[in-house]
Amino acid sequence: MMSGGASTSILTIALLIALNLLLLSLLIGLIRAWLGPSVEDRFSAILLMGTGGVAMLLILAILLQVTALYDVALVLALLAVVGTVALTQSERNHD
Amino acid sequence: MTDTLAILAIFSGLFFFLSGSIGLLRLPDLFSRLHALAKADNVGLALIALGVIILEPVLINDIKIVFIWLLVMAASAISSHLVARRALRENRKHG
Repeated sequence: MMSGGASTSILTIALLIALNLLLLSLLIGLIRAWLGPSVEDRFSAILLMGTGGVAMLLILAILLQVTALYDVALVLALLAVVGTVALTQSERNHD
Repeated sequence: MTDTLAILAIFSGLFFFLSGSIGLLRLPDLFSRLHALAKADNVGLALIALGVIILEPVLINDIKIVFIWLLVMAASAISSHLVARRALRENRKHG
């Protein structure tokens, strides 16, 4: 299953645990996006999603030895900031 | 030795990520939530990127990870500034 992965098995297990804890962190952020009383609270949850996604992609790239995932992380970071800027600026015109 | 250092860095980053998301869930108002989020964005991703840089042998990928980290730092500063400014404007308008 992990063929071609990270070299030692302790490192692989540690990286898998790290990935699961990052998923837990994103899940807590999703709860805030669900509860969030104002739109800005949901925006701040989106910010956490973007950064957590970048961190997960960095760890996945080293775990699976797929270097293309660094580019995916770069694009995700760019899209997160563009999305946030578009959301915060576009809501202004509607009210 | 290298693996131990990298695992240490990644799990320190995870501590910041988890405390940032718990702060996002538990803190009382939007601005303190943004304050908790900034810790996860900057220090958490910096430590995880440091761990991945230690594990990644190819130099050009290391440089790419440093650029991803710089981009995410600038992006999180700009995004949280925009979200906080929008919240202040809405408060002034409605409250």
